[in-house]
Amino acid sequence: MSIIQVKNLKKSFGNLEVLKDISTEIQETEVVCVIGPSGSGKSTFLRCLNRLEEITDGEVIVNGHIISSKTVNINKVREEVGMVFQQFNLFPHKTVLENIVLAPMKVRLTNKEAAKQRAYELLDKVGLREKADSYPAQLSGGQKQRVAIARALAMDPKIMLFDEPTSALDPEMVGDVLDVMKQLAKEGMTMVVVTHEMGFAREVGDRVMFMDGGYVVEENVPEEIFSNPQHIRTQSFLSKVL
Amino acid sequence: MGREIARALFWEGESVMDVIRNALPYLMDGLVVTLYIFVIALILGFIIGLIVALLRLAPIKLLNWIAKTYINAIRGTPFIVQLFFIYFGLNTIPWISMDKTTAGIVTVAINAGAYFAEIIRAGIQSIDSGQTEAARSLGLTGSQTMRYVVLPQAFRRMLPTFTNQSIISLKDTSLLSIIGIADLTQRGQIQQAATYESFKIWLTVGIIYFIIIYALTLLANFLERRFELR
Ligand SMILES: Nc1ncnc2c1ncn2[C@@H]1O[C@H](COP(=O)(O)OP(=O)(O)OP(=O)(O)O)[C@@H](O)[C@H]1O
Ligand SMILES: [Mg+2]
Repeated sequence: MSIIQVKNLKKSFGNLEVLKDISTEIQETEVVCVIGPSGSGKSTFLRCLNRLEEITDGEVIVNGHIISSKTVNINKVREEVGMVFQQFNLFPHKTVLENIVLAPMKVRLTNKEAAKQRAYELLDKVGLREKADSYPAQLSGGQKQRVAIARALAMDPKIMLFDEPTSALDPEMVGDVLDVMKQLAKEGMTMVVVTHEMGFAREVGDRVMFMDGGYVVEENVPEEIFSNPQHIRTQSFLSKVL
Repeated sequence: MGREIARALFWEGESVMDVIRNALPYLMDGLVVTLYIFVIALILGFIIGLIVALLRLAPIKLLNWIAKTYINAIRGTPFIVQLFFIYFGLNTIPWISMDKTTAGIVTVAINAGAYFAEIIRAGIQSIDSGQTEAARSLGLTGSQTMRYVVLPQAFRRMLPTFTNQSIISLKDTSLLSIIGIADLTQRGQIQQAATYESFKIWLTVGIIYFIIIYALTLLANFLERRFELR
């Protein structure tokens, strides 16, 4: 059974139809990388998967919940779906530790000690235990993004969504973040990653989706997409970025 | 000019120190009334402001409209008119009977509430939408997001404008003397009538207000440094 099913998903902002007709399925533990030109709807697609964007039409089933239905308790669904943003979006008034324990304590009602302990484990995992008491402003971009990943992981999600997690980083920081993501993938996390890092998509992705103009133009294993793209738009996009 | 001031202070009638010494205990009682009204009205005004700001931002047209109407009504009318309306006007309604102090507190609270509402709304809107998205993506509800993520940041950002409005409200309490509340200003008037020492009395009253407002400013500066956005 696939953990994410998308059937004829459409999304419009007013008159602007951004996602035109998207259908796909994602299996548990699969790592799907979404690539495509700017404005093609990659972020919008990703944000429909946890309903940060209202779904205009079609059906989206995530982890067994029909999230395109108005009656679903979306907060419950989001507990199981972590998201990492290009701009990190850490809470600047909270320390790293407080950032991580907030949702487990308020949403899952985990007690403080247990939440802290889990937070330290996650900080170890992303290599930032010594930053627990720092504020986000005191961290580098790469460190912020690793904290953001730890914060999402603190809810023990079944799925992680990444929207260009390394695009706002200085080049020397990119590796650290990608390493954490590789590790996650290895541990069997289901991941949907919008990225411009073709190296990552090729190495870590189980599948690559190429989006253009609100459609998924082509999807395949990275090997095929990168060395043998079928569609002319995929070819021209790849010739520009590779 | 300097000589006239000096004369007013030291040569006409009692010396300034004598006048102040005699009037001060009485004025201090007035200050207590002023501060009492101010503090209660400020707290109420803040609660009103918070509620109205949330109504203003709620995704329900009717609530927005109610909030906007309230804010516009307060901003579009003078404080004195609001005071008279509440003390004299509302008190004609049979089941309402407010004493002076209550009417004074209510007026200052309702007045400040409208301005606080706008300050809080602007503060909330100044917080990047990414903050809300991050919180919601973690499974926090809308109200949890407001409470733990948006409002704490908004309040920090609002502190300077909030201080300004508080100072304005403190000054507005002096207008309550018109309906006979024995606040600092009213007691200044009584002392003036009793002593005919207008210059010295009003100088003293002014200095007392100044000290209180200065202390408020210091407190606000301290809080700002304390809660600086890191
Ligand atoms: N909230 C919104 N309101 C109106 N239009 C929007 C909104 N969000 C996105 N769009 C539009 O939808 C289209 C797709 O945007 P989206 O952010 O999904 O693209 P993207 O593929 O992620 O691009 P990029 O690589 O630049 O991040 C764009 O034309 C964008 O202007
Ligand atoms: Mg995008």
